[in-house]
Amino acid sequence: MRDKILYVLGALAVLVLARNLYVIAGLPQEAAQGAIFKIIFFHVPAAWTAIVAAITALTMSVQFLRTKDFKYDAAAVAVTEVGLAFLAANLVTGSIWARVIWGIWWTWDVRLTSALVCWLLYAGYLMLRHAIEEPTQRATFAAVFSILAFLDVPIVYFSIRWFRTQHPAPVFLSSNGSFPADWTRVLLSNWLGLLLLAIVMTAIRLRQEESQREIDSLRRAAHAM
Amino acid sequence: MNAVAVEGVWKFYGDFPALRDVNLEAASGACLALIGRNGAGKTTLLRAIAGFSKTGKGVIKILGTSPREPATRRNIGFIGHGIAVYDELSARENLTLYARLYGLPDPRQTAIEWLERTGLERVRDGLVREFSRGMRQRLAVARAFLHKPSVLLLDEPFTALDDRAIAVLQSLLRDSLAEGRTIVLSTHQLREALELASDVALLVRGQVAFHGPCTPEMVADPGLVYRRHGEG
Amino acid sequence: MSFARLVLVVMAKDLRAELRTKEALNASLAFAVVILVLLSFVIESDDVPQKALGNLLWLVFAFAGTLVLNRSFAREVPNDCLDALVAAPISGAALFLGKALASFLLVLAMELVALPVFGIFYNVRWAQQFWPLMLVTVLGTWGVTVIGTVFSALTVNIRLREVMLPMLTYPMLLPALLGAMELTGDLVTGTPIGPDTVTWLKLLVGFDVLFTAASVTLIEFILVG
Repeated sequence: MRDKILYVLGALAVLVLARNLYVIAGLPQEAAQGAIFKIIFFHVPAAWTAIVAAITALTMSVQFLRTKDFKYDAAAVAVTEVGLAFLAANLVTGSIWARVIWGIWWTWDVRLTSALVCWLLYAGYLMLRHAIEEPTQRATFAAVFSILAFLDVPIVYFSIRWFRTQHPAPVFLSSNGSFPADWTRVLLSNWLGLLLLAIVMTAIRLRQEESQREIDSLRRAAHAM
Repeated sequence: MNAVAVEGVWKFYGDFPALRDVNLEAASGACLALIGRNGAGKTTLLRAIAGFSKTGKGVIKILGTSPREPATRRNIGFIGHGIAVYDELSARENLTLYARLYGLPDPRQTAIEWLERTGLERVRDGLVREFSRGMRQRLAVARAFLHKPSVLLLDEPFTALDDRAIAVLQSLLRDSLAEGRTIVLSTHQLREALELASDVALLVRGQVAFHGPCTPEMVADPGLVYRRHGEG
Repeated sequence: MSFARLVLVVMAKDLRAELRTKEALNASLAFAVVILVLLSFVIESDDVPQKALGNLLWLVFAFAGTLVLNRSFAREVPNDCLDALVAAPISGAALFLGKALASFLLVLAMELVALPVFGIFYNVRWAQQFWPLMLVTVLGTWGVTVIGTVFSALTVNIRLREVMLPMLTYPMLLPALLGAMELTGDLVTGTPIGPDTVTWLKLLVGFDVLFTAASVTLIEFILVG
C-alpha cells in the first residue's frame, strides 16, 4: 500500500516537473539576465524545500526526545539528508547562475552565504551521527543537535544580512524588478513538484534507515548468543 | 514498600532488547546478588536501577520514587566499572568534592573520616594518579559510601581488588547491612557475594531466570544456580 | 545545597583540576601565539587595514579556545567520573553551568594574555576602548563557551572527538563570531560602538541568552540517555 502511494507520488512529481520544464522553456527571456534567469525556478524552490525539511527535522527531533520512539529518529535523519540534497542543489544552481552572469563561480551574497553555512551546520548533524555507535545515544544526541541547529538558522541569516548592510556587495540572485504573476504560478508549481520529489526521496531513505536498524539489532542479538 | 523495585522493565539498544520484562525487588536491609554470564545484562540493569539510563518500558522505583528524584539520588551509592574519582585531585579533594555535591553538613570532616575508615589517611594529599590499584579501589568505595546512602548499587565491586581492599569492602558492606541499608550487587566472584547475600537473581540474556533467597546450598556450591537455571 | 553553590562547586573542581596540570591552558596560549605569528606573514604581504586585524583576533580566540573547551566534558571520561556526577543530586543545569563557567574563565585568561601579545606584534593600541572591548570579549567568549560546552558533552564518547568538536561548533558559532569580530575590529582601532554597530552587541546578547537557555534545557537529555 505504502509502495503504491510512493509510485503515484513519484509519477506525479515527474509529471509536474516535466510539464513545468515545458512551460518554463516557453516563457519569454528576462530582460537583464537572459535565459539563465530561468534557473530561478529551481534555485529558489530548492531552498524553500530545504526549509520545509529543516522544520520537519526539528519536529521529528522534538518528538523523539519526548517519546523515545525510533521512528521519529529515522524520519529526522531521512528528512535532513533530503534537505541537505536540496540545499546543495540550491548552492549549485546559485553557483552556475553566478558563473553565467558574472563569470565567477561564487559570491558571498547574503542568501548564498547563509545557505552554505546552514549546509555545513546540517552536514555536521550527519557527521555526528556517523561518529556515535550506540543507537539510542546517537538518536538522542542527534536530536539535541538538530534542535540547536534549527535555532541557529534564523540567527545565521540575520547576522549575515546585517553584515551585508554594513559591507554592501552586489546582490544579483534576486529578482529586483517585478515578478509577473504567471511566473509566480510556475514558481509555486515547480515548488510543488520538488516537494513531491522530496517526499518520495524521504520515504525511500526512511525505509532504508529502518532496514538498517533491523540489521543492527539482529547483529547485536547474534553477538549475544 | 521495597527499597528497590523493578517492574516489567525492558531496555533497548536500538531495536535490540538488552533487558526483557525484568521483575525484581529487594526489600529494605536485603542484599541481592545479581549473577549471570557476561552480556546477560547485569550492568545494564544496575545502571538502569541507578537512573543512568531510561528504560524502554516498565518502571523502576527506589524507596518508592524514581531514581532520578534528587532526594532519592541522595540515598543511592553507586560503584561502576570506573572508580569515578579524579586523577588530578588528591584523595581528600575528591572526597570533599563529593561530600559537597551531596550536601553533607561538614564536607571536610566527612572526607577525613572516610579516608581513615578506608586506610587512606596517610596518603590523603597524594594525587589519585599516583595511587596503586588497591588504593584507588578503596577511594572509590569511600566515595560511594560517604553520604550514607540507604541503597547501594555495586557493579562487580570485587573484581580486581587486592586482599586489603576486599576486606575493607566486605566489612563496610556487613556494617551497612547491619544498619539496615539495602545492597544490590552484580558479581562474578560468587563466593564473596553469596556469603553476604540474602537473595540471588540470575540473569540469562536479559531475562530473570531465577530469583529467590540465598540458601546455604548455594554458598557451599556457587555454581549451583547456573547449573539449575542457567542455559548451561 | 543551593543551585548557585552547586554551580560554584563544579566550577571550582574543574578549575582546580585544570590549574594543577595546566595542559589545556598552556596548549591554548601557545596555539594563540603561534597563530598570531603565522598571521603576521599574511599581514605584511598585503596592506591589511588595522580593522581587519581586530577581526582576525577572534579567529585566534576561537581556534585556541577550542583546545580548552574540548576538555570540558572530556575530563569526566577517565575513570567514569561522569557517572558519579550524573548520579549525584545535582541538576544537569547546575553541572552544565559550573563547567561552562570554568571553561569561560580559562578561555578568558588565554584571551587576556593574547590581547597584549597581539598589540605588541601588530603595533595596535588596543586599549583605547578598553571597557567596551572587555564587554565584547566577555559576551563573545560566553557564546563560544556555551556552544563549546554543549558540544563537548555531545562528543564525549565519540571517535575523533578533537576533530569533530571544531567542525561542529564553528558553523553554529558564526553569528556570535561575526558580531564579536565586527565589534572588536572597530574597538581595537579606537572607534567606539556606534548606532550601526550596536546591533552586533544586541545580536551577541541575544545569541548568548538563547543558547544558554537552550543548552540548560537540553542538557538533561544528553546526560541521561
